[in-house]
Amino acid sequence: MIVLLISISILINDKEKVMIISIASGKGGTGKTTVATNLAVSLGSDVQLLDCDVEEPNAHLFIRPTIEEVKTINTPVPEVDMEKCNLCGKCGEICQFKAIVVIGETVLPFHELCHSCGGCIEVCPEKAITETGRELGIIEKGHRNGLEFIHGRLRVGEAMSPPLIKKVREYTRSDILTIIDAPPGTSCPVIASMKGADFVLLVTEPTPFGLHDLKLAVGAVKILGIPCGLVINRSDIGDDQVTQYANEHDVPIMMEIPFDRRIAEAYSRGEMIVEVMPEWKEKFVQLYHHIEKIAG
Amino acid sequence: MKEIVIISGKGGTGKTSIIAAFASLAKNKVLCDADVDAADLHLIMHPEIKERHDFESGHTAIINQDKCTECGLCRDLCRWDAISDDFVVDSIECEGCGVCYYFCPEQAIDFPLNTCGEWYLSETRFGPMAHARLDIAEDNSGKLVVLIRQEGKKLAQEKHMDLLLTDGPPGIGCPVIASLGGATVVLIVAEPTVSGRHDMERVAELAAFFKIPAMVCINKFDLNPDEGEAIEAFAKQRNIKVMGRVPFDPAFTRAMVQGKTIVEFDGSSEGCEAVKNIWKNLAQRLEI
Repeated sequence: MIVLLISISILINDKEKVMIISIASGKGGTGKTTVATNLAVSLGSDVQLLDCDVEEPNAHLFIRPTIEEVKTINTPVPEVDMEKCNLCGKCGEICQFKAIVVIGETVLPFHELCHSCGGCIEVCPEKAITETGRELGIIEKGHRNGLEFIHGRLRVGEAMSPPLIKKVREYTRSDILTIIDAPPGTSCPVIASMKGADFVLLVTEPTPFGLHDLKLAVGAVKILGIPCGLVINRSDIGDDQVTQYANEHDVPIMMEIPFDRRIAEAYSRGEMIVEVMPEWKEKFVQLYHHIEKIAG
Repeated sequence: MKEIVIISGKGGTGKTSIIAAFASLAKNKVLCDADVDAADLHLIMHPEIKERHDFESGHTAIINQDKCTECGLCRDLCRWDAISDDFVVDSIECEGCGVCYYFCPEQAIDFPLNTCGEWYLSETRFGPMAHARLDIAEDNSGKLVVLIRQEGKKLAQEKHMDLLLTDGPPGIGCPVIASLGGATVVLIVAEPTVSGRHDMERVAELAAFFKIPAMVCINKFDLNPDEGEAIEAFAKQRNIKVMGRVPFDPAFTRAMVQGKTIVEFDGSSEGCEAVKNIWKNLAQRLEI
């Protein structure tokens, strides 16, 4: 009987786990990675964690995955064959990003400014432009026990993170739960990390900075039309304005993590809450069930 | 004129609290909030806005359904999958490259300029301030960062001030790169954690890549002195000057809650003493 119940619950779980949860915040350093890694590890197998904070990825420092695959990601940029070019200047005209310019007797592509739209290639009447690659960074894939781990690492000096984030998101599997660790802010890299998610879990701290940036993050989630909930980290510092805001705007508070020097010190060593205080595992599992209820 | 840009790599290490304290301590300076994506400095500075301007940048394609013959060329050319089956442009996905607009045989596509935020010139109790607000879900943050720093510099010139104190964004991407160019020095605020060290190393590498001299201070040092010392050792190796250590001090949060700098809130707190010391070191080194 017990065996039967367990297998039924596994079956149900498998079905229900097909969901994308994005963990975002607005303000940096509020605990996105803490929530993402603890949630992923607490749920065990049939979960993948995508670290989309490609500028400063941190989840791997806590997950410590075994990396099995490293891939360099390039974005196409133009290369001009001056034998074929007649200096008509149409490429420079169509480019919105000043990434290709005709100067005197030559055409200069500025690869670092290029958004890879392909307009110059399309418009060139002499078919003088082909594509070469600019390295955006790398994607590493690995695992920790049953947990699948993928992250992107933006090349230092590269300005554009959204194309690399989109490449990381291509690893999203449709058969298991996907947890995304998003970058801070509310502009394009964050949108690229939230779009298409079934639920956005916002992590904030109860301070004026935390509240101000939370409002922006809630605005971003509303534009995308995704249900969201809130985790208040270091919940006993600061003031009660975040709680008030959440209540007034129907953003459910789904977890509160009090300030605890043990948690802060464990974090500083690269350890997860559930590793130093195993009783938290159940709370993260409950958090997931709560999300499931809202998003499902 | 000199410009100190405060960056961190990792978010939430205390950039804004520390620059707010510097605002209390420095003389003859203009403040500049270049973290346009999630600007917070105004929550402590309470700026009185003197000038307000729209920030216009980039374009978005809009298909005029009356003229569209649904030939599909735009969908074939768009590399962002921003045009739906029924020929509506998703403004979030649209990169503003203008390829569809350029090639549409019916000229059925408009390509208007976007207004994607506002920027301000203000007065504060610590002097003039240039700051901005990028609309939610916008790109072009790098351009707004460049603009707000230029405006800050202009403001300083007009008022005969010789220092710009700039609060930078987290990360190492577009807005951070935009906040580095031409800076006299960057001060990296690091936190003594495994992730803080990882992120500090990447942003230090970025500063070196663009040949901007870097300095570092460590916030909440006592949280993990081993990690703090590891950061300092890395800094010394890379010729990054270590400006000081700030202890974990709840007075920073309490000051923030009251909308004050730590210098105003509690001038004798441990945190305040440490920041004063860092400011002294910085001022000496930069001869300001």
